[in-house]
Amino acid sequence: MGSSIDLIFKIAGVGILVAVLNAILKHAGKEEQGHIVTLAGLAIVFMWVIQLLATLFEQVKSVFRLF
Amino acid sequence: MDVVQIVAIGLMATVLIGVLKSQRPELAVLLSVAAGVILFLLVLGKIGSIVGVITDLSNRAGISMVYLGTIMKIIGIAYIAEFGAQICRDAGAGAVATKIEFAAKILIMVLAVPIVVAVLQSLLKLLGEAG
Repeated sequence: MGSSIDLIFKIAGVGILVAVLNAILKHAGKEEQGHIVTLAGLAIVFMWVIQLLATLFEQVKSVFRLF
Repeated sequence: MDVVQIVAIGLMATVLIGVLKSQRPELAVLLSVAAGVILFLLVLGKIGSIVGVITDLSNRAGISMVYLGTIMKIIGIAYIAEFGAQICRDAGAGAVATKIEFAAKILIMVLAVPIVVAVLQSLLKLLGEAG
């Protein structure tokens, strides 16, 4: 139960971190690295969310006896 | 899992989504998906026990498992489709949301057809005897 709440904080943390890193990189003149950082953050968050969706659909299938 | 914790999680997620929406809109969508899933997982255990009670009562009442199984499947399909459609609508993709709902309606119709046929057949049999 507790671990699920941490996930919300982790996702928000990654989002804010990416935003800050982008600002810094833009200031330092390395704009394209900023896009790469954004993609990396997006990939990490996608992985977490997809794992979460997998557990949700697994449990819904077992509860509602789908398939 | 009292309602206070659920509301707290929901409000916190909404605030964080607000923070993320300005810089990283795509992460805001992912955060809303994650929050939706977490909130539902919290109550899924209770739904499971309710479904268990319903199946026990129906077995005791002699209702055949086929009808109840179909009803459960329809509820499951409706819920997942609603979940996906709502998230797509939140993210601004209204067209995708309506397509998901349309597909879900078709799937539910496919599941409901055998029951309708069974009802009609028993009706015709009834009429046949009376006629």
